[in-house]
Amino acid sequence: MATNNGNNGKPRKVIGKPFRKVDARAKCTGQTRFADDITLPRMLHAKLLRSPVPHAAVKSVDVSRALRLPGVVAAITGKDLPIPYGILPVSQDEHALCIDKVRFIGDPVAAIAAIDEDTAFEAMDLIEVEYEKLKPIATIEEALETREPRIHDYGDYGNVHKNVSLEFGDMDEGFAEADLVREDIFFYQGNTHLPLEQHAAVAHFDADGKLTLWSATQTPHYVHRALAKTLQLPASHIRVIATPNGGGFGGKSDPFNHEVAISKLAMMTGRPVKVALTREEVFYCHRGRHPVLMWVKTGVKRDGAITAMHFRSFLDGGAYGSYGVASTFYTGALQTVTYEIPRYKFEGVRCFTNKPPCGPKRGHGTPQPRFALEVQVDKISEELGLDPAEMRMAHLAPPNSVTANYLRIGSMGLGRCIEKVVEGAGWKDKHRKLPYGKGVGIACGSYLSGAGLPIYWNSMPHSGVQLRLDRQGGVCVMCGSTDIGQGSDSVLAYVVAEVLGIDPFDIRVVTSDTDLTPVDLGSYSSRVTLMTGNAALQAAERARELLTMAVAEKLGAPIENLSFAERRVFDVENPETGVSFAEAVQMAEARFGTIGTVGSYTPPASPGKFKGAGVGPSPAYSYSAAIAEVDVDPETGIVVVERVWIAHDIGQSINPMLVMGQVEGSVYMGLGEALMEEMVYRGNRNIVHKFPSMLEYKSPTTLEMCDVKTYLIEDPDPNGPFGAKEVGQGPLLPIPPAVVNAIYDAVGVRVDEVPATPEKVLAAIRAKAQGKEARFGPKSVPEVLWPAPLKVQTPAEGGDGKALPREAVHARD
Amino acid sequence: MAARKKQKVHIQFVANGEEVEVAFAPHKTLLEVLREDMALTGTKHGCELGECGVCTVLLDGQAVLSCLTLGLDVEGREVTTVEGMSVNGELHPLQETFADLGAAQCGYCTPGFLLVAQELLEKNPDPGREEIKEALAGNLCRCTGYIKIYEAVELAAARMRGEEAEPARETVYGYE
Repeated sequence: MATNNGNNGKPRKVIGKPFRKVDARAKCTGQTRFADDITLPRMLHAKLLRSPVPHAAVKSVDVSRALRLPGVVAAITGKDLPIPYGILPVSQDEHALCIDKVRFIGDPVAAIAAIDEDTAFEAMDLIEVEYEKLKPIATIEEALETREPRIHDYGDYGNVHKNVSLEFGDMDEGFAEADLVREDIFFYQGNTHLPLEQHAAVAHFDADGKLTLWSATQTPHYVHRALAKTLQLPASHIRVIATPNGGGFGGKSDPFNHEVAISKLAMMTGRPVKVALTREEVFYCHRGRHPVLMWVKTGVKRDGAITAMHFRSFLDGGAYGSYGVASTFYTGALQTVTYEIPRYKFEGVRCFTNKPPCGPKRGHGTPQPRFALEVQVDKISEELGLDPAEMRMAHLAPPNSVTANYLRIGSMGLGRCIEKVVEGAGWKDKHRKLPYGKGVGIACGSYLSGAGLPIYWNSMPHSGVQLRLDRQGGVCVMCGSTDIGQGSDSVLAYVVAEVLGIDPFDIRVVTSDTDLTPVDLGSYSSRVTLMTGNAALQAAERARELLTMAVAEKLGAPIENLSFAERRVFDVENPETGVSFAEAVQMAEARFGTIGTVGSYTPPASPGKFKGAGVGPSPAYSYSAAIAEVDVDPETGIVVVERVWIAHDIGQSINPMLVMGQVEGSVYMGLGEALMEEMVYRGNRNIVHKFPSMLEYKSPTTLEMCDVKTYLIEDPDPNGPFGAKEVGQGPLLPIPPAVVNAIYDAVGVRVDEVPATPEKVLAAIRAKAQGKEARFGPKSVPEVLWPAPLKVQTPAEGGDGKALPREAVHARD
Repeated sequence: MAARKKQKVHIQFVANGEEVEVAFAPHKTLLEVLREDMALTGTKHGCELGECGVCTVLLDGQAVLSCLTLGLDVEGREVTTVEGMSVNGELHPLQETFADLGAAQCGYCTPGFLLVAQELLEKNPDPGREEIKEALAGNLCRCTGYIKIYEAVELAAARMRGEEAEPARETVYGYE
């Protein structure tokens, strides 16, 4: 295990410093090669023909006329790729091209490879597809009511994909202890990643039978597995190279149909094949934020201490499984890590509907429940006559504790985050004190620094790093991680540079190439800095050890005296006695042979042992607190967020400037979700995506973006490399609830759903003026046949993390 | 449909300071000509409908969306892409500050922002924050929340005015 502290406690030269990213200049000069920038000799261009109907049986697909068009080289249909795939082992429900059924408008049925894109487009018009329409299912309510037709022939029942129930502790006792019990209903609309780079990929099948796929993917390792399965090629004959992602946010985390289809076309034609999706197609790929309806019942004491929480979530999953089972559990997992919740029950249901599939977007399944929880806490504080910031501060989940649902919290800096924003924003002078139309709202959040468990069950490391040192002093770090703009390539260089005492720009970084780099599971769940950082640290420390031994022997200096800094290895007591870094490598190479080391990282075991305990555990949790200040126009309902103060508990910044960038970007994306971003559909039975364009899918421009004041809270976590925790996702979580809490402070109405568009705010203001409930939001939740809960005693009750035996469950029922 | 592809057009124009002659199908946009016929892939595409600003280039010094400009329309004119911003390997001050301040995260929108910012600073060497926001309002960025972009433009502007400017502490470390 790495010591996590790098250079034996000596002053750091790289970690914590605002270096530019190792790839920053390439990105500012147009040199970075994204997937669609790749061109190979004799390359063909592919297009996918997509379904114009939301739900239908595919009776026939005839590509013969398309194949006769000059310039068309190959055409395939579902029959050419009969093996299903999917990101989760429990949801292998996708085909690259639909075989007997289409499940949403945009589901592909055929693919064309032609000499240019125009010809491929033209050929699509010549494909004849016969559909037999089925009843489309548009909403959670319709899915729950409609047993037949089923969108999929698997899942818990009817059109219910997943139905779960978990209970931790004696809920009756918890609610009986409460002085106040509140029940609230919330809705969080679905929205999408909208990366500026449209998905693109190039496949090449060489004469020796080896396939290479370059793709804008966040998860080359999972794409590798999906290709091996669907193409029936040995994995050792497939190479997946993730190109730098032009924005990911979770939207490039699934293996995609276009990746499988062009690989097949490359195999059939022996020529490279490229696909570049249109913006409209990116909306169909989706895998974005699930729309989630939520019901929350919370009991509290007079001082705001929570005695029990019962949380129900209803997810509209769209047409495929994707990450949905994990998403479902995530809507019930992280409620417990911010404020102490001694007893907790979660019921969640995910439905299939005939819409583009939902999946993981920044915060994966947690922004929705966080919104519900933080708005409800605001309501509770008001009802109890408490200050919402102080009430939160008084009941924080303790550090180094295990929650009722068996999540192990390590460092916990939320209290310091709240203090910072309260002070910075002048909260005490503003909250409930600003003139009508102006208001402030506070909310908090927490997120994983990497999922504690891998997507497919195995006991291997989650991240591996290989380091090669050459006698010229060159250092190459190789890792399967993928830079999606967050700076993961730079993190590898910074960590290795710190340990070896060299400049980060001396290092060659080779990443996300399944032929060259050890496996890293991918850029999701905010896992990369912590996991690859730890793996890089271990590899670098092993290399340093070899160099130390060789140099100590040569210089006759004690091993513990040797220090690595400024491209030198020297005796700290006699700094003139030393060698250059390159000489140190030469000495080590002479002594030990070629110098290469490896490092890997496996997260610690989770204390939860029950079914469903796999979602939520993490080596470390980040924390954020935010205050939003808004200006609400009561005549129009238009909300302007003027400023956000946000504090983020990062553990330790590897690079504070890049941390700031992630915080600011998260605030921005949270602001979009709070005010305007939504995936909406029109047509009662047609379920056409209303806005498959960037003009109509509203996202914040420079004119809507607010000012942000960021505070970084550093309290190193023992599990993080140098103490680092995540930042890419967590800071989004407090923004939507902080904004709607501020709207309430401004105009006295509750908007219990996001986006809080002007129509909704205005409707609530008008309702209030008419003496009706001063609220806009869902009024009821559908009836669901919840399964009997899996009951687990909490740690406080003496539980061991295992579910109680079935008999005990029945006896208690 | 097929007819439009039959005959290529030949035009001459100045690309990044060099006289070029290019042949392409007449229906092609400037974006397609640059990327597909000239291998100038620094110019990106995000929608091909004029919605995102990613494909911005300078045409006779003025920022235009290359996805909405026909290749034929640039005959005899001067086109500047991100590749043309640095001269003999020396970065434009904007490229330098964008790189140094983390204004490029994924980097996909960066060429468009750089060129719009270049146009802005040529017209107005000392823009205020609101003027910068106004000038960049047609370009979307999903990564940065725009803040590092404003700060990079301000820092480059100051340096281009000859000031010895460094980034503010809050820009790189946050507030105390």
